[in-house]
Amino acid sequence: MSEPILLKINGKAVVAKVPPDTLLSTFLREQLRLTGTHVGCDTASCGACTVLLNGRAVKSCNMLIAQAQGLEVTTIEGITPADGTLHPMQAAFKTCHGLQCGFCTPGMVMSALDLVTHHAHATESEIRAGLEGNLCRCTGYQNIVKAVALGAKDMGL
Amino acid sequence: MNAVRAGLIGRSVERKEDYRFVTGAGQYTDDITLPGQSYGCFVRSPHAHARIRSIESAAAQAAPGVLAIFTGKDLAAIGGLPCGWLIKSIDGTPMKEPKHPVIAEDVVRHVGDQVALVIADTLAEAKAAAALVEVDYEVLPAVVDTATAARNKTAVHGVAPDNVCYTWSIGDAGAVDAAFAKAAHVTRFSFVNNRLIPNAIEPRAANALYSRGDDSYTLYVTSQNPHVERLLMTAFVLGLPEHKVRVIAPDVGGGFGSKIYLYAEESALVWASKRVGRPIKWTAERSESFLTDAHGRDHVTTAGLALDKDGKFLALRVDTTANMGAYLSTFAPCIPTILYATLLAGQYATPHIYCRVQAVFTNTAPVDAYRGAGRPEATYVLERIVELAARELKIDPVDLRRRNFIRTFPYATPVALTYDTGDYEATLKRVLEIADVKGFAARKAESAGKGLLRGIGYSCYIEACGIAPSNIAGALGARAGLFEAGEVRVHPTGKVTVFTGSHSHGQGHETTFAQVVAEKLGIGMEDVDVQHGDTGKVLFGMGTYGSRSLAVGGTAIVMAVDKVIAKGKKIAAHLLESGDGDIEFVNGEFRVVGTDRKKAFAEVAFAAYVPHNYPLDKLEPGLNENAFYDPTNFTFPAGSYVCEVEVDPATGVVRIDRFAACDDFGNVVNPMIVEGQVHGGLAQGIGQALLEGCIYNSDGQLVTGSFTDYAMPRADDLPRFVVETARGTPCTHNPLGVKGCGEAGAIGSPPAVINAIVDALAALGVRDVPMPATPYRVWQTIQAAKRGGGKP
Repeated sequence: MSEPILLKINGKAVVAKVPPDTLLSTFLREQLRLTGTHVGCDTASCGACTVLLNGRAVKSCNMLIAQAQGLEVTTIEGITPADGTLHPMQAAFKTCHGLQCGFCTPGMVMSALDLVTHHAHATESEIRAGLEGNLCRCTGYQNIVKAVALGAKDMGL
Repeated sequence: MNAVRAGLIGRSVERKEDYRFVTGAGQYTDDITLPGQSYGCFVRSPHAHARIRSIESAAAQAAPGVLAIFTGKDLAAIGGLPCGWLIKSIDGTPMKEPKHPVIAEDVVRHVGDQVALVIADTLAEAKAAAALVEVDYEVLPAVVDTATAARNKTAVHGVAPDNVCYTWSIGDAGAVDAAFAKAAHVTRFSFVNNRLIPNAIEPRAANALYSRGDDSYTLYVTSQNPHVERLLMTAFVLGLPEHKVRVIAPDVGGGFGSKIYLYAEESALVWASKRVGRPIKWTAERSESFLTDAHGRDHVTTAGLALDKDGKFLALRVDTTANMGAYLSTFAPCIPTILYATLLAGQYATPHIYCRVQAVFTNTAPVDAYRGAGRPEATYVLERIVELAARELKIDPVDLRRRNFIRTFPYATPVALTYDTGDYEATLKRVLEIADVKGFAARKAESAGKGLLRGIGYSCYIEACGIAPSNIAGALGARAGLFEAGEVRVHPTGKVTVFTGSHSHGQGHETTFAQVVAEKLGIGMEDVDVQHGDTGKVLFGMGTYGSRSLAVGGTAIVMAVDKVIAKGKKIAAHLLESGDGDIEFVNGEFRVVGTDRKKAFAEVAFAAYVPHNYPLDKLEPGLNENAFYDPTNFTFPAGSYVCEVEVDPATGVVRIDRFAACDDFGNVVNPMIVEGQVHGGLAQGIGQALLEGCIYNSDGQLVTGSFTDYAMPRADDLPRFVVETARGTPCTHNPLGVKGCGEAGAIGSPPAVINAIVDALAALGVRDVPMPATPYRVWQTIQAAKRGGGKP
């Protein structure tokens, strides 16, 4: 076992004592039981595992925990209010029917947050291009695109 | 207060299930980790066809953390995976039904076939040990090509030396021949319906647990139909008592058909869980999904349409070779027969239809139902050939369709189905408006100004859903019933839990079914929960596929609700000291007709469970009813789609500029959910038309084995759809009047897209573009056309 890895996950300091070849997604799911981060492929192609790393969307299945040393990770659980309400982006997905089976949804929401915080007034085609790294097999994306625009608006961006 | 609740049916209510999904609180199979969890990894064949000479597993056995290794020899005593549908050949002989071993015995028959199961303390240890299992293979020639499999000298299975599983037909060949002989015009066409890989974003997974205390098993599995899974697994494969096995399909991340079937992996895990004495989890890596999920489509077809001088269809003749893959998956044989050839009438009053289907084995993954299942293939045949005929006869394709529409119902087709209702003119008329077909010529000219070729394509589809009347399905070869079960459990406080045998993996049953129950009982949506996917909770179920959940499963629930109300009336009559016949149930209240004496639903529920003042001499306490519903006919959703594309002749790139859909699903409970289903279906149909194609090379290696090789539709590949649900013709034989909407988009859209591309290229003499119409293929087609041939 190598040196422990120190990082912040959802605002809390975490000391990761795991083999250095542990994937970030595996650490989140298996060690912390943050199972909202899903794994849908092994080639960084589907985006179901997307989390924010210092505010930018990354695919956690394609990253070692060691690479997150000293950084701040935010997962879908980290943006969910404790009081049973929803983050505006989560609420927008619900309102717009931007999800069906829900498997891609956490990754899609995290990608959307990166997209809108760095590109506040994205057009429909910019949103479509911005979500290119996230696969959804259920919705045909139309309502996801709507949700992202509404989420950005409701976040006051 | 009740006024707010009235009208729940037909309203776009936000989904009850969404809170857990948008917060990451869903519980999918891989999210479940049990105490003492161990992990399984399958050693899989790297060859499409090979004899196993030996398996050396001593080194793997000695590797850290390894608990057990099982090979085909260990499982030889258990049964193979059964097939749920028997098709008979034209000569009356049953289809060839080779054994589908849970783990390969002496021969592997496709890349990815299971050879061994390695179980270890951790997933990493299981994978590391699996890499140490040495298998000595004698590689055999592989049968890969669908069209030529029956002429291949290599046999995939000894029981089918010519690789033919069955040769089946439907319709009157003599009448079709006679009609062709007198036809004024015959349009002929040959094409491939491309093989697809379903690719639900959640990979298949299973977690099996044996409990020594009561000699029982629990299986968590990614399944669309847990009861069927349990029945097949216990009765046919493992020989376990059905009541000692609980199958739970928790949240399931999409299915599209691929999670209907009983697969080898979960069967092996259940079997091994008792031997290892610990729960075993397996989750497919995406590459395993590509190699081992049942694929879809893969037809090679020749068709002919005979028309009279006025463009009236006289007869349709279709000859299809369908790939079954290496083994018969659970419903594989019925897809290119019962769910395909019976749909070849489409929306048209073609008097004579004959279809012959030859199903072949190949050294590829099994092929079974994928969204639409047979119906997209039938629609593709019909809607392509109709449009080709229109072009040859110089008749407007919309006009030719109209000349042949079925206009009186019920209508018995020459291929076994009887459509109960429909209005094809209505959806066609409306889609022409919302697609702004009138403006097409101007847009085409505008595109031409940019050096782009614009085309428009139509598709008028029909599908058969609500699968199915059990007696008819049985006569057609089904080995199971196709009813559905539902239970409505009213709690003492008047809250309600609904149990349904349908399974939701994205369709929103927890909302739609709650809308139906809440409206019928006059209570709030928040007072109704819908439970599904657990054989330990739900009485029985045939599962979700074929757009059947609301039409069949919803009807079972409605019947159970009606029983609750009927019993409630008797209880209320007693409480109100009135006759049973004098009670009406309106807006959640039991009332004595013509008076102001009434009891709220919750009061009656309470009386049923606290029966102090209750007619115990003639009525049991409690308020819990169930029902089984077996449909009397299929339902027949239909619609019209219009696609408009722009083709860049320099690059072959096709851009869908517009896509409009108008569907008749009968009555609609939640328009928002229905529209979402259409969107998803369209994306998959457009994916088939433009992007997706499963390719095996001549050795049977899967070339398109990852998301970087198999092009899935992404957000920027798709247009903004214009989707409208028609007021519709309600289904005549279920109480909700619903028809089903899950597959329509995938069924109707591929021919609309290809027809549009062909229209764009028609001036070059192009008659066909193969699916998927990738830029390279379109460019090749254009180059070939310029050289003077219509085909690449």
